[in-house]
Amino acid sequence: MRLPSFLQRTATFDHGIHPVYHKETGCLPIRRFPYAPKLFVPLSQHIGKPAIAAVKVGQEVLRGEIIATADGFLSLPIHAPATGVVEAISPIASDSGKMEMAITIRVYEADSQEIKVRNPHELEGLKGKDLALIMQEVGVAGKGGAVFPTHAKLVPPSGAVIDTLLVNGAECEPFLTCDHRIMLERAHDVLTGIKYARRVCGAPRAIIGIEDNKPDAIAALQAALPDDGTVSIKVLETKYPQGAAETMTYAILGREVPVGKRSSAIGVIMNNVMTLAYMGRLLPLGEGMTERVVTIAGPAVARPGNYIVPLGTPLRFLLEWVGARSNASEVILGGPMMGAAVSSLDVPITKGVCGVLAFGKTEVEPQRSYPCIHCGECLSACPKKLNPTQMGLLAAKREFEVMADRFSLGECFECGCCSYVCPSHIPLVQQFRIAKSFLKDKARSA
Amino acid sequence: MTQPIELRAAPHQHSGRDVPTIMRNVVYSMLPICVFSIWQYGLSSAALIFVVTLSCLAAERINNHFSGSVNTLSDWSAAITGIILALTLPPAFPLWMGAVAGFSAIWLGKSIFGGLGQNPFNPALIGRAFVQAAFPTAISTWAPAFAPHRFSEFIPSSLAAPFMSPPDIVLWAKQQGVDAFTGATPLARWKFENISASSMDLLTGNVTASAGETSAILILLCGLYLAFRKFLDWRIPVAVLGSVVLVAWVFHFAQPARYPTPTFVLLSGGLMLGAWFMATDMATSPVTPRGIWLYGALIGILTVVIRYFGGLTEGVMYAILIANAAAPLLDQFSQPRVFGNERDKS
Repeated sequence: MRLPSFLQRTATFDHGIHPVYHKETGCLPIRRFPYAPKLFVPLSQHIGKPAIAAVKVGQEVLRGEIIATADGFLSLPIHAPATGVVEAISPIASDSGKMEMAITIRVYEADSQEIKVRNPHELEGLKGKDLALIMQEVGVAGKGGAVFPTHAKLVPPSGAVIDTLLVNGAECEPFLTCDHRIMLERAHDVLTGIKYARRVCGAPRAIIGIEDNKPDAIAALQAALPDDGTVSIKVLETKYPQGAAETMTYAILGREVPVGKRSSAIGVIMNNVMTLAYMGRLLPLGEGMTERVVTIAGPAVARPGNYIVPLGTPLRFLLEWVGARSNASEVILGGPMMGAAVSSLDVPITKGVCGVLAFGKTEVEPQRSYPCIHCGECLSACPKKLNPTQMGLLAAKREFEVMADRFSLGECFECGCCSYVCPSHIPLVQQFRIAKSFLKDKARSA
Repeated sequence: MTQPIELRAAPHQHSGRDVPTIMRNVVYSMLPICVFSIWQYGLSSAALIFVVTLSCLAAERINNHFSGSVNTLSDWSAAITGIILALTLPPAFPLWMGAVAGFSAIWLGKSIFGGLGQNPFNPALIGRAFVQAAFPTAISTWAPAFAPHRFSEFIPSSLAAPFMSPPDIVLWAKQQGVDAFTGATPLARWKFENISASSMDLLTGNVTASAGETSAILILLCGLYLAFRKFLDWRIPVAVLGSVVLVAWVFHFAQPARYPTPTFVLLSGGLMLGAWFMATDMATSPVTPRGIWLYGALIGILTVVIRYFGGLTEGVMYAILIANAAAPLLDQFSQPRVFGNERDKS
């Protein structure tokens, strides 16, 4: 029986927050970004082993050509993002704060930058790990930010049966709209990607989860759905963090990922919508990842929007082009809730960067922090139903073991809801990060 | 970009709600109760609210000075303590005793534990408990409402000199021409004379009581404002009032002649003020969902038990203080089930 519309509850999860969304760029079409004079292409743009450089300094490279090869199954090749010449293979500043090996390419300004190197395969009849190995050549890593190699994520662990491929189009972070535009402008790519992804993981059905603040994207995908009914769309409540793996799985299927297990244990594999859009576009053509769509926004950006940015473009060039205001003082990669501030503008755009946000001095002014008043707001916000109040008090006393043993610190995925609501401005998430890295170091040295 | 790069930890957005905002709104929500109290009791009530609040602020300021800490008056929490404390005192409470209550509330109830958020007990109730023990007569001496000259002259006991016994109010009330004033609260009249006050009188505040405890309906409205603005946890007053009604109904059902109706128990004494403004003090109540319900229920049950079987006529204060003491324990035993954990493990 179908309930009348006002009684129907949009699929969602418990707790969470409703931040100010600032999704103004959602109505701007995707535009192409110019090439920077030099591109800095890190060898490690994914989780797993870094790629192995396959070019020498001084060598000419063509756009789309493999310049670094994958090191094993849990690794990805790197493709030249532009036609030019290799100028250096040396450590550069990365978004993690560490120096990482990268190939510097001086771009040929006069070149048409047309992709000339392609390696298409016969995909008909291929499935499972055979198809995954061909996917690996495309070099796609999770575009939501976790950058797990997509082909490896799609192969279920032995024994696991996958019944649903979940496609994450929630885009719950404020400011970010690149997934929104991709669903709207490249719906066909998304569905092609879903087709191949289902062949690898063996899921009989796929469900695309989208927050209800993107009706145009929902309509565009709805129109492109295949007739056989194996792919459907689930409209989700607009609430942060709707796009986290655990919360979205619960919102759509009502299943909780058991503590300490991966989602494949409950028959689910999840992929980001842009990841699959790029897979769907590049795999049939046999092209490699050379660029991605990035939302560039924030109060200190004069011309915000969604841009196709060549991988390796340094932030300095990026921000100059979109017109960063003179008061800009903080640059964040990713969304404002989970994204990290960068320490250097030499950091390049990599496969996992979904957004670049610039904030002015006044917007990031630190607030006075007060003692914890036990208001319990953080408990009502935590999507994992942890007890941030207790953990915060324990962190102040550096009792990190108690946090992990009795309060499930390890389950925290650092969504930031607790810090967001805290009226005392206690940096809860940061305290939890410190606690986790302290325990990690301790376990390593033991 | 000409500014130096700043590095801050995620999240880079905030709800914008901070401690002073919450506290300020609690103060605002109590202003109608203060106004009603002043309208009822006149100068004495105004002076009492003023003196008690001022002494709380002074205690906090002196603290800041000697501990070298930042100015904590701006978080408005001392003002809340002062106003709540004043509202729980009899309207003609000698002003110098009110000052004692204010200083003891801040110093004994809050500062010695480390200030905001660290106190295990509601500071206002600590202040009240202190003066209840120190001045047992004065704190059970009630004044008549709507005395004819209430805006031009004090109730004489307000201005009692320190360490002198205050003048007799019942005598004064007779001189003022206030008839039928016995100096007993509805709860005392029920306890010692078995006379229940009418619900309408309790709702509208036409009874003898503490400065801010008279009108149940006004307190309810002010509390609802805070609940709707999400400045207090609605579960606590619901649990307190719900359990009071339930327990009182059981007693009344068993022995209707001996025990009053649930409505009387619900509307009389300091229950409304306690449930909405004292039990909900964030620092001294549990944070876990189950802990909150248990805490509220504990306050409700203890209130009825103390009222029915204790030597005192009113039990809300001690019920809340005992529940405050139990709050950390309730939190420990009621940790929420972590998402993804087995249901039975919790």
